[in-house]
Amino acid sequence: MADFGGTDLETFRTSAREWIAANFPAALKGKPNPMAGEERGGKPSAEQEAWRKAMGDKGWGVPTWPAAYGGGGLSGGEARVIQQELNRAGAYNPIGGMGVMMFGPTLLEYGTEAQKQEHIPPIVRGEIAWCQGFSEPGAGSDLASLSTKAIDKGDHFEIDGSKIWTSGAQWADWCFCLVRTDTSKKHEGISFVLFTMHQPGVEVRPIPLIAGSSPFCETFFTSARAEKKDLVGPLNGGWTIAKRLLQHERSGLTGAGGGLGSGGKPLEQLAKEYVGVDEKGRIADSDLRTRLVNNAINWRAFQQTAVRAMMEAKGNAGPSSATSIMKNAGTQLIQERQEMTLEIMGHQGLGWEGDDFAPEELAAVRGWLFGKAFTIFGGSQEVQSNIVSKRILGLPDLTQNH
Amino acid sequence: MAVLSEEQSMLRDAAKSWVQEKSPVTAFRKMRDSGAELGYDVAAWNEMAEMGWAGVIIPEEYGGSNFGYLSLGLVLEELGRTLTASPLLSSGLAAASALILGGSDAQKSEWLPKIAEGTAVGALAIDEGAHHAPDKVATVFKDGKITGKKTFVLEGMAAGIIIVSGKGPDGVGLYLVKGDDAGVKRTRLSLADSRGAANIEFNGAAAEPLSGGADLIDKVLDRARAGVAAEMLGSAIQAFETTLDYLKVRVQFGQVIGSFQALQHRAAKMFTDLELSRSAVEAALAAIDADSPDVPELVSLAKAKMGDTFHLVSNEMVQMHGGIGMTDAHDAGFYLKRARAAEAAFGNQAFHRDRYARIQGY
Repeated sequence: MADFGGTDLETFRTSAREWIAANFPAALKGKPNPMAGEERGGKPSAEQEAWRKAMGDKGWGVPTWPAAYGGGGLSGGEARVIQQELNRAGAYNPIGGMGVMMFGPTLLEYGTEAQKQEHIPPIVRGEIAWCQGFSEPGAGSDLASLSTKAIDKGDHFEIDGSKIWTSGAQWADWCFCLVRTDTSKKHEGISFVLFTMHQPGVEVRPIPLIAGSSPFCETFFTSARAEKKDLVGPLNGGWTIAKRLLQHERSGLTGAGGGLGSGGKPLEQLAKEYVGVDEKGRIADSDLRTRLVNNAINWRAFQQTAVRAMMEAKGNAGPSSATSIMKNAGTQLIQERQEMTLEIMGHQGLGWEGDDFAPEELAAVRGWLFGKAFTIFGGSQEVQSNIVSKRILGLPDLTQNH
Repeated sequence: MAVLSEEQSMLRDAAKSWVQEKSPVTAFRKMRDSGAELGYDVAAWNEMAEMGWAGVIIPEEYGGSNFGYLSLGLVLEELGRTLTASPLLSSGLAAASALILGGSDAQKSEWLPKIAEGTAVGALAIDEGAHHAPDKVATVFKDGKITGKKTFVLEGMAAGIIIVSGKGPDGVGLYLVKGDDAGVKRTRLSLADSRGAANIEFNGAAAEPLSGGADLIDKVLDRARAGVAAEMLGSAIQAFETTLDYLKVRVQFGQVIGSFQALQHRAAKMFTDLELSRSAVEAALAAIDADSPDVPELVSLAKAKMGDTFHLVSNEMVQMHGGIGMTDAHDAGFYLKRARAAEAAFGNQAFHRDRYARIQGY
């Protein structure tokens, strides 16, 4: 794109290309990003470790974060060049996870200097995995009704309670957690604390889902310990920080990069193969064809909107209110596509396991089931609609929540 | 809203303030009540032409400003907000684009300056039946004369120059016919949306071919479709905003009805669809300006998505207003009627969904 060009960027592009060529292990070319899998936990190979370390030391896993904390300290334009050059080289960004997507940007905004110095560099280097202690069994869409308690013990907080849907808790080193520090108020009684997961008071149990095994866990705290220095923001001032973090989460889920977008063959190609075509080359099932094209049109308009929002927001920092629209629009379209994938595959799209089914057929079933979570997590479809109604359209708020 | 140049911002602001001052919906109502023969207010059209809007896509050498389709789309969007009826789309966009893309130097020199200054109104005559079907052409061009019947010609009564599709010795193409030719017989249509339209019979009317054949028809239609989609965007946004205002003031059961979640979520859905539609419409107009090979698919995408959205919003406008929305005294009905006419113009959603799929190869 012309507007991302310019001589300086082209100079930068040359140096980025050279650096990637010199540092990206050839053995990893075209290999999937181990950060992207839902089933992590396997021991990384020597090449994977070397690549993570190279990118971590360079700060290019988080190119726009400040150099003072190990980030790349680069402009948005330079960050795009890095991504383009990684793609070009068949390389992936090995630095990711919740630390990069949600917690890091939030801490950079709300953390003290000491907190940033302590917690940001390990995220930049991909050394520490974070998990999100937000939802509780009794606090889902009504997140602010959470009851996990933190009692002031002088130099630390003692934490008792439980969290649910803590993605990746079984692999996490640290947790950013919402706790109740005042029971007399709702939103103003919540604090945002950090603590290590490697302590006796923390127990993690993975939750099998309708799609089979999952990254989601139940996490129990019994007199767990969070140091006072790891309170982010003021005591009882955690809700503001939590809302900001959720904005980062939502924009990450359905941003222009298409976080949840499924790869694989285009749906219409799949339909032509499984369902067949008529004498004019159209998908033989005209009802399916209409629904496919409707989804394709909306999906493309959704992508056009992501591009438009990016162009309009250029120069503004942080996610815009458009992210609330994007999450509902994007997740519903993905779910439609997952439903249609199953429909297109017919009986072959119902296999649970075994050699009678192709890997992509088995993946379609699991993807369809796991996809039901998309309109529930990160702010349910209904909560997103509430947010649009109140924040953007200015309609009265009945929930007094957002 | 697309990122605009300074000239584009000024053009849009000028259109916005003119529409608010000179052409609110009450002006459209007055035009309808007066039974205006042409389906628009001639004095208002003259003012628009004086501001240069009829020449936005016309090259400067022919008296236009050569600002492009995205710029003209901004004007059409503002006009759409208050349902302003004018020949801008038919003349300053559809007929002008046919001449720009397919006209000879002589044809351009004769007609483009008149279209740009608004002294000639152009119209595009394509369809021959109840549905948009540009491939079904029974109209015949032979020995400099054209014969056939065209339906639903927008601004057909006002047109001084009619761009007609027909089958000639070398296949289908577009032909230029003067409105005052003795072989042109027009029948004024009284339509639900009160806009100007006509059925036109050509009985051996003198016709000059434009160059470009079937490809030219597609190109001109795609420009007209993107233009009508831009107008629909403005209309749909206004219909939504008017409805949203009502949700904030209408009290039932002791509270404003906008506090009911059943209505809030439908409002959020409309807002989402309007945002997606704006992206699609602006992308189509920008593609035309860039002469991108993706124009056909992006235009069909925009017309289909915009059609669905305006359809939804116009229905919800009536429903959410309740009884008052059913009355002729309220504007909701105007938006509902205009929505269906605009949806049908140059291909409805079904037409464009099918076309989009065909372009994509399924």
